[in-house]
Order: sequence, then structure tokens, then C-alpha cells
Amino acid sequence: MLKDITIGQFFPGNSFVHKLDPRFKIVFTIIFIVMLFVADSFAGLGIGIVFVLMAFLISKIPFAMMLKSLKPILSIIIFTSVLNILFIRTGDVVFKWAFLTITKQGLTTAAFMVIRIVALIIGTSLLTYTTSPIVLTDAIERLLSPLKKIKVPVHALAMMMTIALRFIPTLVEETDKIMSAQKARGADLESGNIIQRAKALVPILVPLFVSSFRRAEELALAMECRCYHGGDGRTRMKQLKCGYRDFVALFVLAGFMAVVIVFNVYGI
Amino acid sequence: MQNFLKAERVRFSYVNNMENPPVVNEVLKGIDIEIKKGEFVAVLGHNGSGKSTLAKCFNAINLPDEGDVYAVGFNTKDEDKILDIRQNVGMVFQNPDNQLVATIVEEDVAFALENMGVEPKEIRRRVDEALKTVGMYEYREHAPHKLSGGQKQRVAIAGIIAMEPECILLDEPTAMLDPKGRREVLKTIRKLNRENGVTIVLITHYMEEAALADRVVVVDKGQVIIDDVPEKVFSQVEKMKSVGLDVPQVTELCWELKKAGFDVSTEIISEDECVEALYKLFDKG
Repeated sequence: MLKDITIGQFFPGNSFVHKLDPRFKIVFTIIFIVMLFVADSFAGLGIGIVFVLMAFLISKIPFAMMLKSLKPILSIIIFTSVLNILFIRTGDVVFKWAFLTITKQGLTTAAFMVIRIVALIIGTSLLTYTTSPIVLTDAIERLLSPLKKIKVPVHALAMMMTIALRFIPTLVEETDKIMSAQKARGADLESGNIIQRAKALVPILVPLFVSSFRRAEELALAMECRCYHGGDGRTRMKQLKCGYRDFVALFVLAGFMAVVIVFNVYGI
Repeated sequence: MQNFLKAERVRFSYVNNMENPPVVNEVLKGIDIEIKKGEFVAVLGHNGSGKSTLAKCFNAINLPDEGDVYAVGFNTKDEDKILDIRQNVGMVFQNPDNQLVATIVEEDVAFALENMGVEPKEIRRRVDEALKTVGMYEYREHAPHKLSGGQKQRVAIAGIIAMEPECILLDEPTAMLDPKGRREVLKTIRKLNRENGVTIVLITHYMEEAALADRVVVVDKGQVIIDDVPEKVFSQVEKMKSVGLDVPQVTELCWELKKAGFDVSTEIISEDECVEALYKLFDKG
């Protein structure tokens, strides 16, 4: 049952977006986020939305996935809009009852925030939909490599992420096994109130932790046997290459950014 | 090569500092062993006999408390040579899940080469070659957790042979596999030894696997007690049983027959030999 979990939600594909250099993709995502925050009008946000929808179409990711990515943050969207509607009390009053005052300004700000958050989530999930986790980790390592100069253990962090990704399915499988084993001994995991159920998890977590430590020790040994000695002098089999595609995408994004700034300056 | 793999009067203890006073468990008690280039050696011994500890001495994971260990011509105490030793003396462990590092088969095979700082093009070539040798080339872009145990173990072996080591130590590589996986792994190991001339040290609990080797070493209580060709080792049925080990079923059958007064050799380790000996017996009878 736990096996269905997919981490990173990567959709393999061959589109223009998939083929972009992952380092550029990360930078594009950051620029896109900045763009959303620079935009101070609906028109500006609209430009951002157009950009992300265009990227989505090119990537050929099923449209339903875009909506699926929004599901987990539905509560945040509702929460922020309610807060904005209730607590902005300036502007024309639309509705007044007891202590509730809803103004036109409140409604527009709420709509603005919602659109911004939605665009933000769609844009960032496009990154994980079109880039495999391992490539993404690799790109992060290389983008952060200047930080090595100030002694940030960039390589170690990237290695940790890779190993975590590698062991998620293994540990999920193990959890499944332990749960079955405890159920076979009469453990009751499904009934009772929330505290009882949390307590019932202890006999699952303890063996899981013990075995993870054992795994960690064996893995460290196996890595040492394969000449692992940190990131110094390490080469990579797959080199990341940036090509014309990345610069085309960069120009397009720069164009969109320029439009947003122009809109801001002229107050459109 | 001189001192290809050699342990001289090696003593090694595990110290548990968590207890007070610290508990010292001496595992290797002055062990002497030498393995020549190109040999296929099986190491037998019951749990806790020190066979895994000995293997880890050969690639400088364990450093002896007393005595010296030489691997591919270097003393393992020589810290500057540690990477040379580990590259030339590869090690494969029991649980394939705990030795694969990457999320894609070919990335995992490339791991050791990336650590060694090999050129990307050369890595590609050696990874493809290693995967073809173990017969996993078609699976190069799969995720390891979707493979069977035997396939995972072959990927782990590919990760080691990509380093092009002169010697591979295998620590019970088939213990967690089903019979099919075990056959796949053994076939790969034999192929490496016969065709590529890689020295193999196979630690195992399966007597049938040990019977495939050129030489069998039996370790008990941190000492080598028998060191000979498989036929001679297994014919000492009583001695093997006294240290908690079995002999191949066919050997035991012949031994029982001999005890019952029949004229059969006890130096029989394969089914074919056994069948032949039994035919002879019936002809005479």
C-alpha cells in the first residue's frame, strides 16, 4: 500500500522543457518567483501566468497534474484569502454585518494573493515534474559550488540528498514489512483515538530506526570500499551541458520580465 | 606479484567501549594466510569465526593490531596507498540493498570511478563494459529498488569490477538471495575468475559454492585450521562437523557409504563424480 508513493513527482519526457539544463531550470524558477513578487498589478501577474501556462503546454505534462499540485496548498489559499478579506478594512465597504467588514480593497488583495500563490506553486512544481531528482540534486550541487570557498559542505549535502532519495523506497518497503510483522503479532494499528494510534506506531518506528542505523553503517562501509573520500577530485559520468535551448529560454523569460517591469513603471 | 594477498600472524580485536571496563573481543588470533594472483579461494567458517573480519583486513578497512597484512604489494598500514589498495581489492557485501548508492543502475556502477576521478568518457566505457560482463546492460537505466535480489547483487558486483580490481572479496554475496539469484551471482563470479583472471575470495556458508573453488580455507576461532583443495577439505567430514560446518551432500553420502563398509572415495564433491562412483559400486556388486 505504501509502495505507490512517488517522491519528486518526476514525469519522464522528451520535451523542450525536459531537455533544458537543470541548472538553468533552477535559475529560471528563481527568476520566475522574483517576477511574481515584482509584479504589482493584475496585468503583471497575468504575464507571469501566461509564461507558466506556456511552459506547461510545451512540457506536455498532463494538465490535471497542474491542478493536483495545487491540492496540498488549498488550505493555505483559503486561509490567506479569508485573512485578507477580513482584516483589510480600508476602501469601499461592500458588506457590513456586526464586526465583519468586507471592503473592495480586501477582495482585490485576496484575489491578487491567491493568483500569486497559485502561479508560484505551478511554476515550482513544473521544475520537479520535468527534472529527475538525481539530476536536480546534481544541479543544486553545482550551482552551490561557489559556497565551497566559505567552507559550506556542498558535496556532502548533495550526497545526503542522493542517499535519502535512494533509500526512500527501501525504507517504505521495510515499513510495510514491519507493519505486517507487528499486525501478525496482534498489534492494532487502525482503531482507537489519535493518541492510541500514535502509541501503536512506536513498535513500528523503533525497529525501523534500528535497521536504518544498521543500513547506514553498512552503506558507509560499502562506500569506503569503493574509494569514497568526499568530494575532492571527484569526476562525474554525466556532464551537464548548456546549449542553445537554455539561451532561447533565457531570452524568452527575460522578455517576460521586461514586460512586467514596464507594466510596473507605467502603472498598468 | 609478491605479497598479492597475505596476512602474517595477524591479530585483531573489536573493542566495545560502551561497557565499563571495555569489552575486548579478539577475533583474529595470529592468523597466517596467503592468496596468489588468479586463485579462486573459498573461505568457510561458522558465524563469529573471524572470516569477514579477515576479509576486511585485506582492503584496509580493518587494520591489524599485531602482524602485517599485504594487499597487491602494499602493506595495508601504509595510509598513502589506501586508495590504491581499495581500488585493486574490491569488496561485495551480503545485502545488496545496503551497498547501492545511486537511484539509477548506471549511476551506481559509475560511483567508484567518479570517486577515483576517472575521465567522464572513460567512466562511460567502463560502466558499459562492467554492466555487460554481469549481464545487466539492458537494465542500466532502471531504479535499483525495482530489480530482484540477484540482479541487485550483480549490479553491486558491476560497481566493483568497473574499478578493474585485481581481486574481489565477496562476503556471503548469496546469503540473501533465492536459488535463481544465487546461480546468477555464482556464474558471474566464476566467469570473472576464468575469463578475466580476477582473483576471487568467496566467503560463504554454502558448501556447494565452496566446492566450485580451487582452494578452500576453513577458519575457526580466528585461526586457519584447514587449507587445501576442496576434495581434500571435504573428505575430512568429522573435522568439518567438529567446527560446526557441513560438507556437500554428495560427500556426506560417500562418507556414510564408506563407513558402512563400501569401497568409495570420500574425495567426491560434485554430483557427476558421485553418480559415477555409485555406478562403479553397483557394477562391482
